[in-house]
Amino acid sequence: MPTFWLVLALIALSVAGFFLGRNRALVSAGGNSKDLHSLPSYYGHNVALSALVPALALLAIWLLVQPMIIDQRVSSMIPEETISEGSTIGLVMSDVRRVAEGLDLAVAEGAMTQEQARNLRSEFSDVRGRLGEIGVALGADVRPEVLRAAQTYRTLSNTGNIAMTVMVALVALGGFGWSYGRTHKDFRARNVVEQGILALLILAASLAILTTIGIVLSMLFETRNFFSLHSWTDFFFGGTWAPNFRGDSDLSILPLLWGTLYISVIALLVAVPIGLFAAIYLSEYASKTTRSFAKPLLEILAGIPTIVYGLFALLTVGPALVRFFGQGENGILGVEWMSGATSVLTAGVVMGIMLIPFVSSLSDDIINAVPQAMRDGSLGLGATRSETVRQVVMPAALPGIVGAVLLAASRAIGETMIVVMGAGAIAKFSLNPLDSMTTITTRIVSQLTGDTDFASPETLVAFALGLTLFVLTLGLNVLALYIVRKYREQYD
Amino acid sequence: MNDMTAMDSTVETQRTKIAANSVNVYYGDSHAIKDVNVEIEDKTVTAFIGPSGCGKSTFLRCLNRMNDTIDICRVTGDILLEGEDIYDKRVDPVQLRAQVGMVFQKPNPFPKSIYDNVAYGPRIHGLAKNKAELDEIVEKSLRRGAIWDEVKDRLHSPGTGLSGGQQQRLCIARAVATEPEVLLMDEPCSALDPIATAQVEELIDELRENYSVVIVTHSMQQAARVSQKTAFFHLGNLVEFGPTGQIFTNPEDPRTESYITGRIG
Repeated sequence: MPTFWLVLALIALSVAGFFLGRNRALVSAGGNSKDLHSLPSYYGHNVALSALVPALALLAIWLLVQPMIIDQRVSSMIPEETISEGSTIGLVMSDVRRVAEGLDLAVAEGAMTQEQARNLRSEFSDVRGRLGEIGVALGADVRPEVLRAAQTYRTLSNTGNIAMTVMVALVALGGFGWSYGRTHKDFRARNVVEQGILALLILAASLAILTTIGIVLSMLFETRNFFSLHSWTDFFFGGTWAPNFRGDSDLSILPLLWGTLYISVIALLVAVPIGLFAAIYLSEYASKTTRSFAKPLLEILAGIPTIVYGLFALLTVGPALVRFFGQGENGILGVEWMSGATSVLTAGVVMGIMLIPFVSSLSDDIINAVPQAMRDGSLGLGATRSETVRQVVMPAALPGIVGAVLLAASRAIGETMIVVMGAGAIAKFSLNPLDSMTTITTRIVSQLTGDTDFASPETLVAFALGLTLFVLTLGLNVLALYIVRKYREQYD
Repeated sequence: MNDMTAMDSTVETQRTKIAANSVNVYYGDSHAIKDVNVEIEDKTVTAFIGPSGCGKSTFLRCLNRMNDTIDICRVTGDILLEGEDIYDKRVDPVQLRAQVGMVFQKPNPFPKSIYDNVAYGPRIHGLAKNKAELDEIVEKSLRRGAIWDEVKDRLHSPGTGLSGGQQQRLCIARAVATEPEVLLMDEPCSALDPIATAQVEELIDELRENYSVVIVTHSMQQAARVSQKTAFFHLGNLVEFGPTGQIFTNPEDPRTESYITGRIG
């Protein structure tokens, strides 16, 4: 792995740069660190960062760009007419890459010399057989133009890798030399390092933002593809969800949205009262010792992976509900309302349990932010604790709690594993909470798993669903944050 | 000094409202109040003075059991309100706090309308049979709080929108609305400007006609201006207790004299 060794060499250079830079600064001050503008380590950091950061940045960009350029150059070598019916340039290119890797491996294992690999001709030699001997299995015989493309691919990659190593080394040494040369006792290393750190922090922040934008854009493009294949009126206003691969699917979001919202409402009906009352107990009534162990215990719930909640829904809550509402004569209520373990109620209840710590810890923070003076004022007038909570603390904390509930709602809407395992797979409009229903997230999972064709509306609908979901939860989050922030201002 | 001579003449002996006998207060391991005996008279303003951390606020909060809300606080000794021990097991601290009202250092109006702030206590204790009676209580309390004229046209705007001095008078009106027998004030003017302070002090003097008022203050001038009796606390001890004029002009204890003349504190 040349890249690995290159990175290691860069790190070694920068470590050496640290000590050399520090030393040079000390020497220029005659060994007296008080005469330096900055602390000696700043001079070291300056040299280390100048050697490392630009070189690493160049390396990252090179690794991203080189494959793109090579792909473009090589794919232009493959004539249009050789791409067979039903295939695409992308498939041929993956063949090319595979042959190139095979040749690399053959050279590495000594089955071929460099010379042989470069001059191999499929007209005279059984390339598939020879590569098969060293463990590279190819689906079909290698056509001459593919082999030639693969050989060019190897040459270009090799040249590219050598060029990359040289350029990166030059940049690293250049940065090292430049900053080492500048190191002198009057050089303001502390300020320069400060600016360098600032640049690194800005880079990290902008990468995070760019990623978000990238995700949204890719969803937007795929969604546009979907709407060019399927009518948007059916997606937003149709009444049925019935995908099939014959090409006449009904793909309407409404039944899925109904299932999502129904399950979320049940989840909130479970989570909000329990979470809120737990928060009130913890912040208003519990003694310090109770609080110090009860709060972390409650927050353990938040650390359980959602797949475990899904199992809990499927194996515990679902069957328990069936024992209550199903099984006819043998059931506890003696009714036959529920047949399978998966239902809106199952998923809703379990999702509610998942949201309890979320609601309680947010509400707890908000209740604690209500000034003690409010409580004192109320207690001093002869109000009991619960009167104080009901009439003074809650009204003061209400906007914040509404914000917390909205955040919980957006979690509920975007939750996947619990509904995949607990809610069922039938898309329909029903008011019966014992019916199984399906949600947007579940459908995204099922449309994208398995053997799918990425050009059909049945698959692309997943992106439209995802984008709708994103807009929905983003809207809820923005609203919630706005409410919470507005409330915070009152007491600060 | 004119104030004080005027005050001396108004001191008359009233009957005892609250009697504290050998009260000790502990916060965990620290001994905050040491063996305090004091008698607070009806229709009198009693001032508690002393340096920061001397225990005067702690002692004040014992008088309506507000210290109950602090887990680690422990009180021993007797505090008698009208001859009945307020720390007796049968006494409901919630009921007691309705009888012994409290005004806090920082104005703390609830985030409700001015009307609802004042009506809070009467509603909780069911003091009004109907809306008209409640209106009457609110108006009477706001008049007693000397703020009626300023807020009568905006009773339904939020109490938090008033100025600091107005908020504090609103809090006094709120405390008065539950018809307490004793009014405790914990540095009620420390967050106010001089004009608002003067208004509140004037109000305290008026409240003396109906209530026994106990005020904790850092300002010795304020104690001299508004109180008839003064108690000087130092390091958890009640050093001296007597008529305000006497404490300020002729203290018996050397520590009191040092504090008043500014040598300790």
